[in-house]
Amino acid sequence: MGNPVLQVENLVKRYGDVEAVRGVSFSVEEGEVFGLLGPNGAGKTSTVEILEGLRDPDSGTLSVCGLNPQTQSQELKHEIGAALQSTSLPDKIRVMEALRLFASFYKRRRNPQELLKRFGLEEKRNTFYNQLSGGQKQRLAIAMALVNDPKVLFFDEPTAGLDPQVRREIYDIIEELRRDKKTILITTHYIEEAERLCDRVAIVDHGKVIALGTPRELKSRSANTTRIEVRLSKPVLDGELKALEGVVDARELSGSYVLHSQRPPKTIVDLVKRLEAESNELVSLEIASPSLEDVFIELTGRRLRD
Amino acid sequence: MRNFLTLTQTRAQLALRNKMFFFFSFVMPLGFFFLWLGVFAKGNPAACAFYLGPVLAFNVMGSFWGLSATLVMFREQGILRRFHVAPVTAADMLASSVVANFALTLPTVIIELVLAAAVFHVNTIANLPGIFILIAAGTISFGSLGLVIASVTNTMQETQVLNQLLWLPLIFLSGATIPLAYLNPTVQRVGLFLPATYLVNAMQQTIVYSASPLSRYVEIGSLVAWAALTFFLSVQLFRWEPEARIPRKAKLLVAATAIPFLLLGIIENRSDRVLREAKDAFSLLSQPRPASSMGSRPGTAPNQR
Repeated sequence: MGNPVLQVENLVKRYGDVEAVRGVSFSVEEGEVFGLLGPNGAGKTSTVEILEGLRDPDSGTLSVCGLNPQTQSQELKHEIGAALQSTSLPDKIRVMEALRLFASFYKRRRNPQELLKRFGLEEKRNTFYNQLSGGQKQRLAIAMALVNDPKVLFFDEPTAGLDPQVRREIYDIIEELRRDKKTILITTHYIEEAERLCDRVAIVDHGKVIALGTPRELKSRSANTTRIEVRLSKPVLDGELKALEGVVDARELSGSYVLHSQRPPKTIVDLVKRLEAESNELVSLEIASPSLEDVFIELTGRRLRD
Repeated sequence: MRNFLTLTQTRAQLALRNKMFFFFSFVMPLGFFFLWLGVFAKGNPAACAFYLGPVLAFNVMGSFWGLSATLVMFREQGILRRFHVAPVTAADMLASSVVANFALTLPTVIIELVLAAAVFHVNTIANLPGIFILIAAGTISFGSLGLVIASVTNTMQETQVLNQLLWLPLIFLSGATIPLAYLNPTVQRVGLFLPATYLVNAMQQTIVYSASPLSRYVEIGSLVAWAALTFFLSVQLFRWEPEARIPRKAKLLVAATAIPFLLLGIIENRSDRVLREAKDAFSLLSQPRPASSMGSRPGTAPNQR
């Protein structure tokens, strides 16, 4: 890893009585893809928008490309690129016009024609913005984020609301940027996105970083266990499930029971026996190796999308 | 400066692709033009010259409506957020709106002046410098008022309500639709506190009496000062984010936009200059002269060359 391009220390942001960001600290190295993973309302977007110079923090120390986003926001904007969570363009602007317009704002520019080609938008160059599909709009948003050849890229929920195929297309684009050694900060509430794209992840909840590390490091917290998720025809007590053979943790989450077991076959046999004895039935059963979601559940007792 | 120019070009381009803009900026003003000059003035050149000023002023005043609605729509749809991430300033965004609006108002004004000469025999060639100075001062000042409205309202609904509240007195108490001299004397006095009254009066005096821009320094100066004040305030109050709310205290600042015409209204109510000029022009309307006797000299009837 190289130098930290982005540093955040004890960042706090309040909206009236609500403390959206509560002492967040992290740093991102040059060429790193860093993810802020957390549920909606965790404070991810506020953090990113403060780093982009769009909002002022209440307290904390920040540096992006050696610049202070609060006091040097105009200089900073020449160094960063951003695809915002909820943004839009005028309906009647054409794809090529949008790229040319935004390119004209910067000192350092990339050829809009090249970007169109790279993001598969060549055929859409004369299409009005309101005639693009969701995926095309998102590809255009990413192309626009790259129009100034930025040192740091911010992608705020880049695949939110997109269908799985388009999501995969966006993943491919971000992976390509990663190969180009771009420094990227992504916010997401998709586990798959964080695991697939990020070199390091900060798990954020209620405005705080509750865990930070590489996806592998984070998952190693649950490394010795297997995740078993079951649905039952009748409810049972968590305590009963914790008593099953090999189970180290059991929680009820949105009508399902998530068990972490060190001896999965024994746990399943024991579970089936107990269910038979109690005239209960197994509706569904899923077995998986632990994911970042399990880390989040372990830390918060909730699912990411709850 | 480069950002301002590219934004101005884009804003003009986008407006020209908008059917609503085409209707409100070309079709509707021309409709009013023919209604006033063709129907109300019955094609009488003296009456047409009298009504041409208010018709042009009416075009210009509409700037505030279009600009406020567009800016609020851009904010509500998150379009301004995208510009906020780029190195674009609030002044770039706002100045480009005002200048693009001015550029887009000119073709309608030119068409109206050409039609006024060709169809209604109102020749304004000698008065063009004065007319265009007033068009510029008017579109920029009323456009800036629109920007202030967009800054102090949080939703499109609020914007439209405030626009209506301002639009009605501006068009009915200023002489833009009903001649000032025709209004009740108390209402005339109230009209002297409105910027639109000065725009209508100066436009009328320029077209009917070939008044020079220099002789209209009060109207032009007050509109320019008002434009500078409203533009400055709109930059101060500008919000990029749809969820950003304006503090109530800041809304009080908007009251400052009324100061120039509050002061001018007091002065003009004492001197009665504008009311006298409006009555003189109106008296020409009630005593039409034969077309052959019309000239362009101050104090005479409208131009016809």
